[in-house]
Amino acid sequence: MTDCKSLILELADKYGRERASLLPILQGVVERNNYLSDTCMTDIANELDLSAAQVYGTATFYSFLDTQPRGEYVIRVCKTITCDMHGKKTIVQTLEDMLKIKIGETTPNKKFTLLETNCLGWCHEGPAMLINDTPYSGLTTEKVHDIISEFIKK
Amino acid sequence: MSHQTLKRVDLIFGEYSNEKYKILATTLARTNDDILKDLLDSGLRGRGGAGFPTAMKWRFTAETPSDEKFVVCNADEGEPGTFKDREILLRVPRKVFSGMAICGKVIGAKKGYMYLRGEYKFMVPELQKELEIYHEHMRQLNHDFSIEIRMGSGAYICGEESALFESMEGGRGEPRNKPPYPTTSGFMKKPTVINNVETFVNVLMIMRLGADQYKKLGTTDSRGSKVFSVSGDTPIPGIYELELGMPLDRFVDEFGDGDTKAVQVGGASGFCVPRKKFKDTVIGFEGVPTGGSMMIFNSSRSMYNVLHNYLEFFEEESCGQCTPCRVGCQQLLKGIVAVKKGEKKAVYLDQLMKLSESMKITAKCGLGQSVANSFSSIVNNFKEEMIY
Repeated sequence: MTDCKSLILELADKYGRERASLLPILQGVVERNNYLSDTCMTDIANELDLSAAQVYGTATFYSFLDTQPRGEYVIRVCKTITCDMHGKKTIVQTLEDMLKIKIGETTPNKKFTLLETNCLGWCHEGPAMLINDTPYSGLTTEKVHDIISEFIKK
Repeated sequence: MSHQTLKRVDLIFGEYSNEKYKILATTLARTNDDILKDLLDSGLRGRGGAGFPTAMKWRFTAETPSDEKFVVCNADEGEPGTFKDREILLRVPRKVFSGMAICGKVIGAKKGYMYLRGEYKFMVPELQKELEIYHEHMRQLNHDFSIEIRMGSGAYICGEESALFESMEGGRGEPRNKPPYPTTSGFMKKPTVINNVETFVNVLMIMRLGADQYKKLGTTDSRGSKVFSVSGDTPIPGIYELELGMPLDRFVDEFGDGDTKAVQVGGASGFCVPRKKFKDTVIGFEGVPTGGSMMIFNSSRSMYNVLHNYLEFFEEESCGQCTPCRVGCQQLLKGIVAVKKGEKKAVYLDQLMKLSESMKITAKCGLGQSVANSFSSIVNNFKEEMIY
């Protein structure tokens, strides 16, 4: 995890200190640190001369801007209708069994967080999931086993 | 079973011109009036779903005096069942950027943004590569219009144009009151043209073919072709470019699995068409419009589960700003669960129907207003499934 203050400085230099720079900065912190801590959001507010409430208000609006600690790999399984029809429940079950956590939880070693999300745009190849930014589609139990086994080794 | 009856079109995904950005170069040399006339003649209507005439949108923005204007490409594709913009941006990003640059010239903007949904972040490196090529060509053409990619972060509502501007400005993605419309007050309160990814590609295709040639595709009310995202109970899910104005029964003949019970046209915010209405339903602005989402359900599917899934989606994605949508989505969901469990009598569905109608007229934006589309079309056509 990168020190928040120096990361914010780096991101503010890159994206600017306007209100319009807020979202790219929040996204940059989540990309590096997996989530936005309270102190981090306060630091961003100071750097951009906004109130902490404005930063918190924006951050909590977006489902990908996590404000609680997440694992190194965030798995988001699509739960929208066509993925659901094509076996999403089995995929979630497989992930829960492999990682020994339930939806919404993070593994004790802080490596994986398992979440559900709305339509990922892979309806023709459902079920689908994102691991951080990478999409995986056409999932089967075997495929999930292979993918997650690789990540466990990392 | 599936036999090909609908004509395939190869416009959007057709090959690039031999010379990079050739049509853009020739178009930039034309007069704005000339370009607008072609667009108007072509009959092009927005491809995001609402179908506003593109030439009008551009003209209004061009006519609004301002020191600064913007072009925004709405790539926040989030409607369940839609994945065509991803495919377009993966396969023909050059056409999208060209369309944006033509718009910039016509309205007098120097800056364009593409707002890409967070779920598509994996595409950014490829898009940046193409943007470098694009910017290099614009330098050679001595034309000042740069394009920047901005990312969403997992909020369906940001596909609503004014919510998208709020998001780009660093706020919560909460829709604004309209009017004023983006043509006078959009990004940074400046006149802005915001169009769907596919609309920009269509603009370029009209510039390439000419309005007359383009108009040969589709019907009087729905000119041109459309990229459809086909999913659900179909042996051939995927992306198809077809002419607008096709009857739904022919679509089902070709894409269904032989046992199609219903087709959800236009995603969760669209309409559910039951089997008995396939014959009389036209896909296009004169019939049932769609941003491209076609979800097919066969007789093994419970339409209650489908509606339940949609309502959960809306309840989560409602921004919570206005009461009709925030409370309405929750109550519709609770209501159908209660009827299904027998906690409420079947007539309670009529109450829920009234609620959805109220949302249609009182919700602040398209999200809350369109919940009634799927709600009433599913409940009306599959009432027994809601109760038993």
